[in-house]
Amino acid sequence: MVFSVHVDVQLRPGIADPQGSTIERSLPTLGFDGINGVRVGKSIRFEIEATDEAAARLEVDDLCRRFLTNPVIEDAVVELTEAGVPA
Amino acid sequence: MSARVGVVLFPGSNCENDVIEAVRSLGGNGEILWHGDATVNGVDAVVVPGGFAHGDYLRPGAIARFSPVMDAVTKFAADGGPVVGICNGFQVLTEAGLLPGALQKNRRLKFLCTTASLRVESTDSVLTSAASVGQVLRVPINHFEGNYTCLPDTLAELQDQDRIVLRYVDNPNGSVDDIAGICNEARNVVGLMPHPERAVNELLGSADGVPLLQSLLDATSAVAG
Repeated sequence: MVFSVHVDVQLRPGIADPQGSTIERSLPTLGFDGINGVRVGKSIRFEIEATDEAAARLEVDDLCRRFLTNPVIEDAVVELTEAGVPA
Repeated sequence: MSARVGVVLFPGSNCENDVIEAVRSLGGNGEILWHGDATVNGVDAVVVPGGFAHGDYLRPGAIARFSPVMDAVTKFAADGGPVVGICNGFQVLTEAGLLPGALQKNRRLKFLCTTASLRVESTDSVLTSAASVGQVLRVPINHFEGNYTCLPDTLAELQDQDRIVLRYVDNPNGSVDDIAGICNEARNVVGLMPHPERAVNELLGSADGVPLLQSLLDATSAVAG
């Protein structure tokens, strides 16, 4: 089975996010008020072939831990949806 | 025989020749280690130089750590061989798990290209043995992601084991506890953001990198002996 995967990488709570705070600071000058807590992350999408959802999730979790995130500073949220059977 | 220092070359490294020249000026022999070869060629020390290995894609060092040479560097380090990561090389060593923590974007998103004053905090490492504790060295820095961070437990461990070998006198990038360089538990792997190889001659503004690189050359004879 093929699964579509979306990995949302975010800096862990408590890790300073200079991009997020720079964006947040610029908002009032553009007339956007009342926006707080801006955090910038990464969005990674791919497809994976696996026997079932549990196996796919296991592999993606391993991939996130070893490569797509640096666990010292980043967390990942994984969304996995069935995309069909390979032709 | 003069010490052989292997300098790892990834696609995107750009300080490898500076390291080789600096080593040569101190009487050592520098040679390139291609990232795609799974060997350190029997060198006496390894330097992972600065630059943008693999374009810094994903995160600095994230892809470089999977280059075949890194398995050989990891084994070399485990056997007690001296390994130093400079700037991007420091980032590679943290990603490879040879040093703890991570390097994030500088405080206030500021790219830094200047000369920093570093205080030698420990002389018990392969990069600082020829310096003296409290000595202040003026060494160039040139980075966007040099803001050292780690978990509180890791920081306590680094402090308790005297593994913070260099601190900034005036913290330029937001690094926790003013950290400019750290070593591993065995003290044979050191990572630092500043560039000692760019400070080996007064003509270039500073020769304060000499005691650091001299320490590395001294460490090679300690291993060989």
